[in-house]
Amino acid sequence: MEYDVVIGLEIHVQLKTRTKMFTAAPYAYGADPNTLIDPVVLGLPGTLPVLNHAAVEACAKLGLLLACEIAEVCKWDRKNYFYPDSPKNYQLTQNEQPLCLGGQVEIELPGTSRNIQGEHRLVKLNRIHLEEDPGKLTHTAFDTTIDFNRAGVPLAEIVTEPDLHSSEEAVAFLNALIHLIHYAGVSDCDMEKGQLRCDANVSLKPAGSKTLGTRTEMKNLNSISNVRAAIEYEIARQTELLDAGESITQETRRWSAENGTSSSLRSKEEAHDYRYFPDPDLMPVRMDRARVAELQAALPERPYDKQRRYQETLDLPFTLTSVLCPDPKLCTFFEEALELHPAPKVIANYIANDLLRELSASAAHGESALSISDCPLTPAHIAELAKLIENGVITKQIAKEVFTTMYQSGNMPAVIVEKEGLQQSDNSDEIEALCREAIAGNAKAVAQFKEGNAKALNALKGPVMKATKGQANPATLDQILRSLIQSEA
Amino acid sequence: MTDKAHLDIEYVSQLARLDLSAAEKEKLGSQLAAILEHFDALKAVDVSGVEPTAHAHAVENVWREGDRAGPVYDPEVLSSMAPESRDNQVVVPKVVE
Repeated sequence: MEYDVVIGLEIHVQLKTRTKMFTAAPYAYGADPNTLIDPVVLGLPGTLPVLNHAAVEACAKLGLLLACEIAEVCKWDRKNYFYPDSPKNYQLTQNEQPLCLGGQVEIELPGTSRNIQGEHRLVKLNRIHLEEDPGKLTHTAFDTTIDFNRAGVPLAEIVTEPDLHSSEEAVAFLNALIHLIHYAGVSDCDMEKGQLRCDANVSLKPAGSKTLGTRTEMKNLNSISNVRAAIEYEIARQTELLDAGESITQETRRWSAENGTSSSLRSKEEAHDYRYFPDPDLMPVRMDRARVAELQAALPERPYDKQRRYQETLDLPFTLTSVLCPDPKLCTFFEEALELHPAPKVIANYIANDLLRELSASAAHGESALSISDCPLTPAHIAELAKLIENGVITKQIAKEVFTTMYQSGNMPAVIVEKEGLQQSDNSDEIEALCREAIAGNAKAVAQFKEGNAKALNALKGPVMKATKGQANPATLDQILRSLIQSEA
Repeated sequence: MTDKAHLDIEYVSQLARLDLSAAEKEKLGSQLAAILEHFDALKAVDVSGVEPTAHAHAVENVWREGDRAGPVYDPEVLSSMAPESRDNQVVVPKVVE
């Protein structure tokens, strides 16, 4: 039987504030266990939470970038549960009145090949609310250990509508969301560090049916490839059950990346009776409309808007924009270089190809590639290099050499060209002499060119370029070769 | 919920992680049932047209500005409070199979 797949995602994002959501204890990933705790984090009797305004601002900024409506007033609720990751037996969250309502994220579906732009569509969001992260449990063979460093870190929980229909769409959504969060600058979204975590709700219904099927919730999806694999596994599992005439049990399942399978999470602690009630210790937040308007006005251009602008007004190809636009730092670098010298294609090419290649090559073995912020080059380097090519000072071939040298030394390209004497040669006498040698040495190529094979000319250009170490002006060289062969005829 | 038979003391004690004896269940069960009965009295009040209130005081926007780090405890403070600890982490019985 044919089924429609319906997927909703819940994404928890750690907001990059210095301190926790309801107390001034700092947070940093990788700190020694239980060194970032204070009485509020531990929920000791008599302590009171005080809201971190920076977390509200960060969440509002993200909400606006995701086209949410910012609530007039948002409130805090207690979600009661008994599990050792929470020392106070409840989590502070926003159940009834979240900060951000609705919203949408533009996604790009995979194109027919890597170099081809895919179809775009908007995915609806339900809400974004703020809550606190629980502590981290480590399960050993015999017991469970608890580190409360993470407890109280501000989380933005982004909840989609059940508006995704395949694992590809879910992956496209996550990628688009991560780019948007980077643009908002509110989290680094490093999934390995738990800065972004994804739960997926999956259900199937007979193709065309209006009624949603029973859904299962998959937890523990801590990488994009896990999200893809877990959703595909769940679709296959539910299809098999439904085809066999069985029904789906509404349950929470845990994905095991090692086994490539999921299993029902029959934890005794999974009683879904959270008995939410308004937290009496925290006051509501009324969002100042003037401040919301300020945040709105200061929003960055969204990644896909930027991509459209680059493609439409700067005439950049998809192969370049798809590299630049996901990364706001690369785009800033590009735009700064463009201010200095308006040659978008040449500059984009140097950033997307040469610069990124060098950045990944200079990363130490086993480490991830360097980021553009660690780059030894400035936008001025790239702009000047593009200018040297455009003004005919150096050939494109020489530019590659200059690029490597400037990446290693950090020197400006004009200085390197001057110091190493790499200027393009327009010395027609020298070039002409070399051309005569090339023609005399390759009668076959000359004959082929005369027969109309234009490419044969390259065989004659090669030795001249080699003799001039690539510095011969290509246009001059072409012109001299052609006129010499013609005068021969 | 106000029906006496509806208060499932087994379920409530399990959620609260309390290991109650039969006598305690009997005693606490009837006490909790009495508390729930009191809600019937509250429920009888006509509150239509009254806006739900989370707080008695109409105070809003109480927050901390500046996002500046404050003091933290030494990990030993937590270890000393825990019945069992290892490498500065609290140890509890295994919670997943």
